[in-house]
Amino acid sequence: MSEPAVVELVQAELAYGERSLWSGLDLAVEAGQFVAVLGPNGSGKTSLLKVLLGLTDLTSGTAQVMGRPVRRGSPRVGYVPQRHGFDVDVPLRGRDLVQLGIDGHRWGVRLPRRRHRDTIDELIEEVGASSYAHVPLGQLSGGEQQRLRIAQALATDPDILLCDEPLLSLDLLHQRTVVDLLHRRCRDHGTAVLFVTHEINPIVSVTDSVLYIVAGGFRHGPPETVMTTEVLSELYGSDVEVMRRGERIVVLGADEAAHHHEHDRHETVRA
Amino acid sequence: MTSALSGVSWNDVFNFADYAQLLPLVRNTLIAGAVLGVVGGVVGVLVITRDLPFAVHGISEISFAGASGALLFGASVVAGSFAGSLVAALLLGVLGFRARDRNAVIGVIMPFSLGLGILFLSLYDGRAANKFGLLTGQIVAIDDTSLVTLVVTAVGVLGVLAVIWRPLMFASVDPDVASARGVPVRVLGPLFMLLLGCTVAVSIQVVGALLILALLCTPAAAALKVTASPLWVVLLSVAFACTSMVGGILVALGTSIPISPYVTTISFLIYLACRAVAALRPAPARLVAA
Repeated sequence: MSEPAVVELVQAELAYGERSLWSGLDLAVEAGQFVAVLGPNGSGKTSLLKVLLGLTDLTSGTAQVMGRPVRRGSPRVGYVPQRHGFDVDVPLRGRDLVQLGIDGHRWGVRLPRRRHRDTIDELIEEVGASSYAHVPLGQLSGGEQQRLRIAQALATDPDILLCDEPLLSLDLLHQRTVVDLLHRRCRDHGTAVLFVTHEINPIVSVTDSVLYIVAGGFRHGPPETVMTTEVLSELYGSDVEVMRRGERIVVLGADEAAHHHEHDRHETVRA
Repeated sequence: MTSALSGVSWNDVFNFADYAQLLPLVRNTLIAGAVLGVVGGVVGVLVITRDLPFAVHGISEISFAGASGALLFGASVVAGSFAGSLVAALLLGVLGFRARDRNAVIGVIMPFSLGLGILFLSLYDGRAANKFGLLTGQIVAIDDTSLVTLVVTAVGVLGVLAVIWRPLMFASVDPDVASARGVPVRVLGPLFMLLLGCTVAVSIQVVGALLILALLCTPAAAALKVTASPLWVVLLSVAFACTSMVGGILVALGTSIPISPYVTTISFLIYLACRAVAALRPAPARLVAA
């Protein structure tokens, strides 16, 4: 018997009241796959992660992680949330954030455990944060905090990492290091990655497949088959042009098209 | 020696002559101060981390209304301040998940309850010291019964906090990830409000409604200036709160001024000292990889 897919969505639908974000979504993510989730604002990219985290229920269809129905707090799933800076006065150092990933959900008084200390050291080493793990979290830069968040998300040795715009407001150098980190994990540990982003270029070299969602429609496949003028024009329902400059992919007209969609929807609601 | 302040003699204000005789009289108050220092120091860390100083102020004014109402209608003042605090905590727990909503609700209710409290006090014709004490704290108000109530409440609050501390801290600093990891974020918020309400209710008797932030905010804020270690923040906050409380009581004992100015001044000075230490200390260095 073959291994179950790490993530499997079958005929999944998510709707808020009358408004359906997406429906009939079939998606299977295998171990070690790096999947980019793209689409305009409001297309339900973050909601997809919420479903897989067990924070939002599907309206219909099924969602499974490692062959089991999704469940909130599963150690099989790691989560790197949308970046927000920590307050200057937060009572945590870098390594305390990683520790929360291990036992932050447990009740009762924490007893110091050798095993946990070693795990934390390894995780911090893996993301290259050893030199500043002792520094108060509020004094670390965005890129440094983001590495520690990845270490935190890896604390349970998950089978899949769900990342929500983890590169937002990072400079190019830090974008590069965060992507390399995730890619290495993907390759060496077979951890699948679902990477929500509005910008494919920083990850295009490591992406195995793209799930592109626009206003209820979607397309899933290798980047070279999804990121084309024909496919995106069809998804957006208007002329969108995809150009390639070496490694870079430039999508022209998508923002305007998405805006039209938004506009159409408001019109329909009013009518 | 006469001061410039319209003939107030410093000897009237400071008089430590009978200090040894006075000390046993305030035994209960000293114990109460120390216990409040411990519970206030611990709770304060979460007050700062969850951005609740304004909520503390709001709860204490509503608690004050409850206490003064109880005074007027001849009920137990402690029961009154508890009732006020718990109503406030429930209100904030239910109404205000978002900081902006919460602050607006507090801003609306606080002046109303303060007004209500002042109305009750002006209708009350008992001892004037009782009136003033609820707002600014008093030194000899702690009888054995209130001391027992205080200690039991403090032990209860600390016990519950010991159990929920880790998930609560997780939910406070990083609610999205905590929620994804299975922490019941929406239960812990209101539960903490309830614990905060209990802490405020027992603190009002000693430090007074107006100055409660000196106990529930300043020591923790000072501790956070000098350390980010989750353990040391709590230990220092407790040490600072106990120093302010017990120190304030001991100094107040030799003077004719109420306890609260001393408590607030000591905790403010500690805060200034911590800020100075933080400003003078070099930023923690990045270690160089070998």
